[in-house]
Amino acid sequence: MNAKISRREVLKGTGALVVSFNLFGPVSQVLAQLSAGPDLAGDLKATSLDSWIAIGRDGMVTVFSSKVDLGTGVETALAQIVADELDVQFKQIKMITGDTTKAVDQGITAGSRTIELAGPQLRQAAAAARQELLKLASQRLGAPISKLTVTDGVVSVLGNGHKVSYANLLGGKHFNVQIPATGNGWGLKLAPDVPAKNYMDYKTVGKSVPRVDLPPKFTAQFTYVQDVRVPGMLHGRVVRPPTVAAKPASIDEDSIKNIPGIVKVVHEGSFVGVVAQTEWAAIQAAKALKVTWSTPETKMPANPDAVYDYLKNTKGFAERPGMPPRGNVEQALAQASKTMEATYRWPFQMHGMLAPSCAIADVQGDKVTIWAPSQGIFDTRKRVSDLLGLPESKIQVLYREASGCYGRLGTDDAAEDAVVMSRAVSKPVRVQWMRADEHGWEPKGPAQLLTVRAAMDASGKVTAWDFLDRSFPWTEANGIPLVTSRQVGLKAPGQGFPNGTGGGGDTYTFDNQRIVASAIPWVQPDPTPLRTSPLRAPGDLARMFASECFMDELAAAQGVDGVQFRMRYAASNKRATDALTAVAKLANWQERPAPAPTSSGNIAAGRGVAVSARSNSVVAVVAEVEVDKSSGEVTVKKVAVAHDCGLIINPDGLKNQIEGNVIQGTSRALMEEVLYDSSGIKNLDWSSYPILRYEKIPQIDIRLIDRREMPALGGGEPSIGPVPAAIANAIFDATGARLREAPFTPERVLRAMHAGVTSTQRA
Amino acid sequence: MARISLRVNNQSRVVDTDPTTPLLYVLRDDLELHGPRFGCGLGQCGACTVIMDGNAVRSCSIPVSGAQNRSITTLEGLGTVQHPHALQTAFIEEQAAQCGYCMNGMIMVSKVLLDKNPHPTDDQIKQALNGNLCRCGSHVRVIRAVKRAAGVKA
Ligand code: FES
Ligand code: FES
Repeated sequence: MNAKISRREVLKGTGALVVSFNLFGPVSQVLAQLSAGPDLAGDLKATSLDSWIAIGRDGMVTVFSSKVDLGTGVETALAQIVADELDVQFKQIKMITGDTTKAVDQGITAGSRTIELAGPQLRQAAAAARQELLKLASQRLGAPISKLTVTDGVVSVLGNGHKVSYANLLGGKHFNVQIPATGNGWGLKLAPDVPAKNYMDYKTVGKSVPRVDLPPKFTAQFTYVQDVRVPGMLHGRVVRPPTVAAKPASIDEDSIKNIPGIVKVVHEGSFVGVVAQTEWAAIQAAKALKVTWSTPETKMPANPDAVYDYLKNTKGFAERPGMPPRGNVEQALAQASKTMEATYRWPFQMHGMLAPSCAIADVQGDKVTIWAPSQGIFDTRKRVSDLLGLPESKIQVLYREASGCYGRLGTDDAAEDAVVMSRAVSKPVRVQWMRADEHGWEPKGPAQLLTVRAAMDASGKVTAWDFLDRSFPWTEANGIPLVTSRQVGLKAPGQGFPNGTGGGGDTYTFDNQRIVASAIPWVQPDPTPLRTSPLRAPGDLARMFASECFMDELAAAQGVDGVQFRMRYAASNKRATDALTAVAKLANWQERPAPAPTSSGNIAAGRGVAVSARSNSVVAVVAEVEVDKSSGEVTVKKVAVAHDCGLIINPDGLKNQIEGNVIQGTSRALMEEVLYDSSGIKNLDWSSYPILRYEKIPQIDIRLIDRREMPALGGGEPSIGPVPAAIANAIFDATGARLREAPFTPERVLRAMHAGVTSTQRA
Repeated sequence: MARISLRVNNQSRVVDTDPTTPLLYVLRDDLELHGPRFGCGLGQCGACTVIMDGNAVRSCSIPVSGAQNRSITTLEGLGTVQHPHALQTAFIEEQAAQCGYCMNGMIMVSKVLLDKNPHPTDDQIKQALNGNLCRCGSHVRVIRAVKRAAGVKA
């Protein structure tokens, strides 16, 4: 995220370089930079080294990336990678990120893939830059490249002490060098033949470099998207339909005429919004505006049971394997001496951003500037281009950070709202959703229904594993038009994108194995508040809940310790067995079958394990819980995590992510469920959609497994996946009750304790 | 509209506004402060917390007229990047945030806690912060930061 500066200023190194975490100046100064018109020189070429890296006269290295920091600290980690590859100090790096006019499209920031995919892109750009700088130094110093070394951006000749700095060599000038580039977005490969450093030579990578964005955030000197102010800016609020698919039949503008400062009621297609001089006027007007809404024919499903029935009985439109199938599952099941089967349910859940959606748009004729917290700035540009019917070259999207989003993907609706309202008043408009807009209309993480079957031979060995995930797709992602676009008449193409495939038992090898994720059509009246999008580790929590709880059921049925049982079937997966061993040690796991011997008091204690992989990272978790036998209330006391994401760039940054994953995973496991009836969402605030609070935060112990010889992989999501499964397994250990539906509310726990269900009975 | 006098971060400020406007919007829009943040507008999350006459209050739920002639401190009033308050230093040292959006509330509530109880226990810290929501899960770090600021050994 960055203020408006030109590439020339970067090269001059005049101190005009202002990045987000440096927005220390008074608001007016920031504004002066923000309000300059877009310089739309056309999209940058990936093949030009100058698109990626600039050396300033002051020796500062500026890196341009379309990747954005979603509050995870990834910008700091990317800067570490470049610093090492270029042999400069970390503090010599400035990141300019998330501006469609200043960065090559590296694809959306999502899926825990930024370090894994954009890291090598920037690393190779840096390696190519270093190679070029060494060439220049060799000429300048009259020494062969093999005799040159670089420290902190200064090139020296071995032996004679002659030196020249990067700034001296190229400061303020372009490289004017072409580099090979193939593919695009996530798949972009840069300068593959330029050798990158050996991991043994890393100095900054692997260190807990403090995040650059935190000091300004803790002192209110940071500019979130919510803080962006543009001269002449007005305030907009949306007025969403009270029931699904309702359309405005008539609007009584007189109903708000007593509110001072109203600028306009914007009504386009089914979209309704108000624009006012002040936020307070806009808020009051949005509330007071009398809209008569149509009563639509179509309705949402009446309750979660109806949704699970629909999932069960509807044919999928896309069936994808979680791993290549092995053997013949049906045959193995038919020949088994014993089979087991269980079905698990996962509800719609919310991202629940702490800051409701916000964006600012300035539509001036055919020139558009947007400040938005988009995970995909180029996706947003495309959508706005469709919405306004303007070429993408006329639209500049500037990323501005919001609160953590955990996977809205392209679904930044507020940008569309702001564009429509700004166009209506020809002024910049800032749109801020209210809390009820966010809870009601954020795209939800989809509901899932999962069935697992296993076959055992006479010795108890599992001979077949059959896993089926039935999930709704993401109806809002990857550039699909969002609520406002649809309200003004754009159609969503297709049925959306399937909700991932991983976590259905792919950690293990069984002789016969089938893992399938089926995308069930989610055809709803438009717009529906049960719209869906990727939610952190999309689909994995549910799949791991089913697969890792079922593994536990199999282990318990045979009276085998949960860690030992998993080891048997993960034997060919060394990273998984290493993680299991590490977490067992960290949690002081004592070998014994579950459930634990019955305790006499009102509190039953238990422990549970789960292991899984996502984005090539492997995570094992042990949860320790206490269950209040009379109320059914579960308290997660402790969570131990062993985490392997290959080479670690920033250990403390990674731990921070893991802690967040554990806490969010615990919250989603214990308390989170979107409630609805046929007209709409019922939980529209934090009291009806509670999340974990301080009083319930578990102790978190982490063991990082650093694999320096491996590439760096993702850490933003993998550790959330196994958390709910480990908790459910711990509840079983404590009480003997199997939870097959999330969240594990006191009522559900009590019901399971009294039902005494077994796998086969429930099937 | 009314002219309202406020005392914010030890400075007198006068704003011309609808007196029913919640204090939050006056601080953010009229006084251009970034500390107090909008999270819910319902008094449920704590992102908008400011200190008024020594108490942590939710600025989204107080009309600006109710803040007249009171002493208001926002996050800006604690310290700067160059000269941080001891609490801010502790939060930086513990890297106690992910997105940081909730941290205004965490720091302001902790400030009031430590002013009243310089050496709180873990439970007292949790209790004080229990009404403040964090979606990123930075809780354990926040607790460590508050203890560090209080000079309590972690
Ligand atoms: S914004 Fe005031 S409590 Fe949430
Ligand atoms: S750090 Fe993101 S909400 Fe607390």
